[in-house]
Amino acid sequence: MAELNTGDGGGGKDKKVRSKKQNSKVDLTAMVDLAFLLITFFMLTTTLSKPQSMNLGLPDKDDKDTKNKDIKVDENRTMTILLGDNDKLVRYVGLLATPVAGGTPKDFAFGKGGIRAELLSRKASVLAYSTAKGKPKNGMIVIIKPSKKSNYRNLVDILDEMAIVDVPTYAIVNDFTPEEQKLLEGK
Amino acid sequence: MAVKMSKKAASIDMTAMCDVAFLLLTFFILTATAKIPEALPVDTPASTVQTKLPETDLATITIGKGKVFFDLKGREIRTRALELMGQKYGVEFTEDEKTKFALMEGFGVPIEGLKSIIAMKASERSKAGQPGVPKDSLDNQLAEWVQNSRIANNEINQKELQIAIKGDAKEEYPAIRKVMDILQDQKINSFSLVTGLRGKNF
Repeated sequence: MAELNTGDGGGGKDKKVRSKKQNSKVDLTAMVDLAFLLITFFMLTTTLSKPQSMNLGLPDKDDKDTKNKDIKVDENRTMTILLGDNDKLVRYVGLLATPVAGGTPKDFAFGKGGIRAELLSRKASVLAYSTAKGKPKNGMIVIIKPSKKSNYRNLVDILDEMAIVDVPTYAIVNDFTPEEQKLLEGK
Repeated sequence: MAVKMSKKAASIDMTAMCDVAFLLLTFFILTATAKIPEALPVDTPASTVQTKLPETDLATITIGKGKVFFDLKGREIRTRALELMGQKYGVEFTEDEKTKFALMEGFGVPIEGLKSIIAMKASERSKAGQPGVPKDSLDNQLAEWVQNSRIANNEINQKELQIAIKGDAKEEYPAIRKVMDILQDQKINSFSLVTGLRGKNF
């Protein structure tokens, strides 16, 4: 198939044709290399071009807020995460005025060593606390409060942490108390 | 003689391999869809979640540099949504403009300026400096677009339209919140955030 027919035009000069027979096969190696390189390229680009997405469910926004306000939540289960500018992240556990043991407001970094370690240990302790009370289904609740200066990357990062740590309940809350605002702006 | 025999076996016949390789190559080239240039390029933040976006029944709201762009999947749905928007704002679109709109990428202009954007060539659109779809409470065209796209999608595909938010990583939160509020006003409480891919051991 890929052999070049060099013998046809030769006519009577048989000996010269024979000497050319060594070149009669075209070397396809380079061509195959190129073809496979292109295949790899197109395969990767077709499968990787689909954008990823993250699903986000927000609570029903009701005009009559009073109805939903009265749900009492055990403060031992809640962690509040405040997002500020320049990747600042402050968390406290329980109520801001009376945080539970070890839950005073503290700065954390994003990522594995920072907030994730904290989330994991707090999740375990909340589970132990709930199990002791006989309600092992009551997991941790995380309240995410992005400030006006926080950016979208921080929000997605923290939502991603929720997905990684598998926090059962989390919510994005928009209202800030003056104390929380002060906390974010620094001491 | 023996020397000659060994020389023949030295090169493998690659013809069949070459054939297969090029067949596959042709297949992948043909199935690859040309990427439509985005009207508003944004740098999406990365996440480890790996849910893929649906291919149909999807509206994408792109947020970046304080502007909001709107994009919709499906030609028929786009045409219908444009008709509904035209009726609402009293702008008449010709059949030619509708076909062109069905094929173009996302846009970010008020409905009054949409005609001139449709008339442009694809290469000009990205340079046109589109101001973004208005989203203030006085002139909330973004909400109307979402609303009418949902109606159009329901009429044609009998399915609920999914909304994806594609925000720039550096965008400040209030801009994102504004769009989320617009969606929540229409009782859309569940939507997707478009993110990039991040390594497993982040």
